[in-house]
Amino acid sequence: MELRKNLPEIFEDFAEGRRNAFLNVKKIKDQNKPVIGIFCTYFPQELAVAMNAAVVSLCATSDETIPAAEADLPKNLCPLIKSSYGFGKTDKCPFFYFSDLVVGETTCDGKKKMYEYMADFKPVHIMELPNCPTEMGVEMYKREIIRMKEKLEKVFGVTITEDDIRRGIRVKNAERTALKNLYSIMKADPAPISGTDLMNTLVATTFNFEREKIPAQMEALIEKIQAEAKNTEKKPRILITGCPMGGATMKVVEAVEESGAVVVGFENCSGAKSMEENVDESNPDVYDALARKYVNIGCSCMTPNDNRIKLLNSMIDEYNVDGVVDMELQACHTYAVETLRIKRFINEEKKIPYMNLETDYSQADVGQLKTRIAAFIEML
Amino acid sequence: MEKKYCVGIDIGSTASKAVILDGGKTVDSFTLPTGWNGRETAQAIYEKLKEKGFAASMRCVATGYGRVCVDYADKVVTEITCHGKGAWDLFEKNVTIIDVGGQDTKVIKVAEGKVLDFLMNDKCAAGTGKFLEVMATRLGASLEEMYQLAKEGEALSISAMCTVFAESEVISHIGKGEKREDIAAGVIDSVAYRVAGLASRFGINGDAALTGGLCGSPYFIRVLSEKLGQPVQTHAFARYAGALGAALTAEEMS
Repeated sequence: MELRKNLPEIFEDFAEGRRNAFLNVKKIKDQNKPVIGIFCTYFPQELAVAMNAAVVSLCATSDETIPAAEADLPKNLCPLIKSSYGFGKTDKCPFFYFSDLVVGETTCDGKKKMYEYMADFKPVHIMELPNCPTEMGVEMYKREIIRMKEKLEKVFGVTITEDDIRRGIRVKNAERTALKNLYSIMKADPAPISGTDLMNTLVATTFNFEREKIPAQMEALIEKIQAEAKNTEKKPRILITGCPMGGATMKVVEAVEESGAVVVGFENCSGAKSMEENVDESNPDVYDALARKYVNIGCSCMTPNDNRIKLLNSMIDEYNVDGVVDMELQACHTYAVETLRIKRFINEEKKIPYMNLETDYSQADVGQLKTRIAAFIEML
Repeated sequence: MEKKYCVGIDIGSTASKAVILDGGKTVDSFTLPTGWNGRETAQAIYEKLKEKGFAASMRCVATGYGRVCVDYADKVVTEITCHGKGAWDLFEKNVTIIDVGGQDTKVIKVAEGKVLDFLMNDKCAAGTGKFLEVMATRLGASLEEMYQLAKEGEALSISAMCTVFAESEVISHIGKGEKREDIAAGVIDSVAYRVAGLASRFGINGDAALTGGLCGSPYFIRVLSEKLGQPVQTHAFARYAGALGAALTAEEMS
């Protein structure tokens, strides 16, 4: 925890990065650079880099706009869907406001039905995602990626060549490697920084519109951390998995770290899930290469979702994990159903404690979360 | 200087419990209503400990939902860990604890004095002591009186999950002139049903044991055993399990 005080200015930079992103997105628009709004890590950002467009994530993490969303959407729906829709509908999100095209991936049923209403006030392109990470799934997603490219060309009046996409792949691979290098510093025991700082940094980099600059920034950050991180104490090491995280759900990370443990890894899609694997640069078919990387993302919307087990397995070993916390957002059926498989794998094969928490974007359950998480950590 | 007494304080949402150990033996215990201010309750417990002569030389561990209010505690531990430790001491074997508390219900698997795994009901009063309190008030009875009434009754159905809706069901039973005994039995039945559902979903490891305020109701224990399909044990001191676990934690600190 001391470390957070040791590195204020650099982390301030990253927190500020998000605030500045609002101003940056305006600047980008002034330069006539297109902005593509996305919801999911399944969107191949390489296509955006290839046409020099900026990408913003529209997955919202605050409960502010949920009441507005509930005027149109059912109450018993995942808070991420309601919040994101609400920000769009109320025009409270500058990223949504400035998005020239919104890409909706058919991950879960709630999202894909929500896009239908979103299309009433925003141009929305749907990318159809396969349900299964199989060869057939790869083939199908390859076709969808090509259709996406053609849509971008048509909407923005540009031509995206395969060489442009290759450049996109190189830029995104370098970015993923850099971010992976950053979160890999948590393999050290004691961990050099808190999981809270790590997650806030990862979230903030998604609002960085100059992707090419990320590797150098991460290198500088890692150097700074390693120079300053000294005398941190050993603590129980927690891996977080489950639904996307950030904003309101940081309450889970904070509760873990206030209870005397440290979050050493995030398997969810705000963390390693989308970054562990790179696109194969040697594959002559760029669309096939992209499809293979993206279909392999171990999200619970895939069946069977062996890729999640594979990643959990290696992260638990590499990060020397003492316990796994699985966070589900209320009404996220696929992740909720998958908790049993994850619990069995963690308890029976990895032989470490597992707990799952269901939460939403409100702060109403903070007290109960703290008790449950503290008891879990006392158990380790 | 070595402290003589090890004190465990469990500030629950409804009742606050204290257990005092001296050389590993329970020498005293008492309960106070928590009231509306946890800090004042913690202070009242301190006054009582002083009065009884324990405060001058004690090591104190606080637990329960108001544990942070005990500013004189040497350590703060969650009620889940404390119930596990306390139940291990009381039952002396691996058990699955069912703790029906004032605001939540917990199922805790305990092996060798340690918590293996646990489950808590989610932010809802159904299947908790709060549900019983609301219904007892509606029946114009104290909790104790309601347990007594239930023993004599034939359980009426109360099907609503939600405390607020269940209360209107109770009101409609009253409106129809149903017997108080039957309504009371229905109330207890409904809580036992929810609690058994939570426990079965989690799975019972070894024997089932009830801790918390409901230990005082043999009728509840009987109904819960029926619904679980296995005997539920309890212990005369089981409502102090959390405080006892806290006191044992204090002892381990020495």
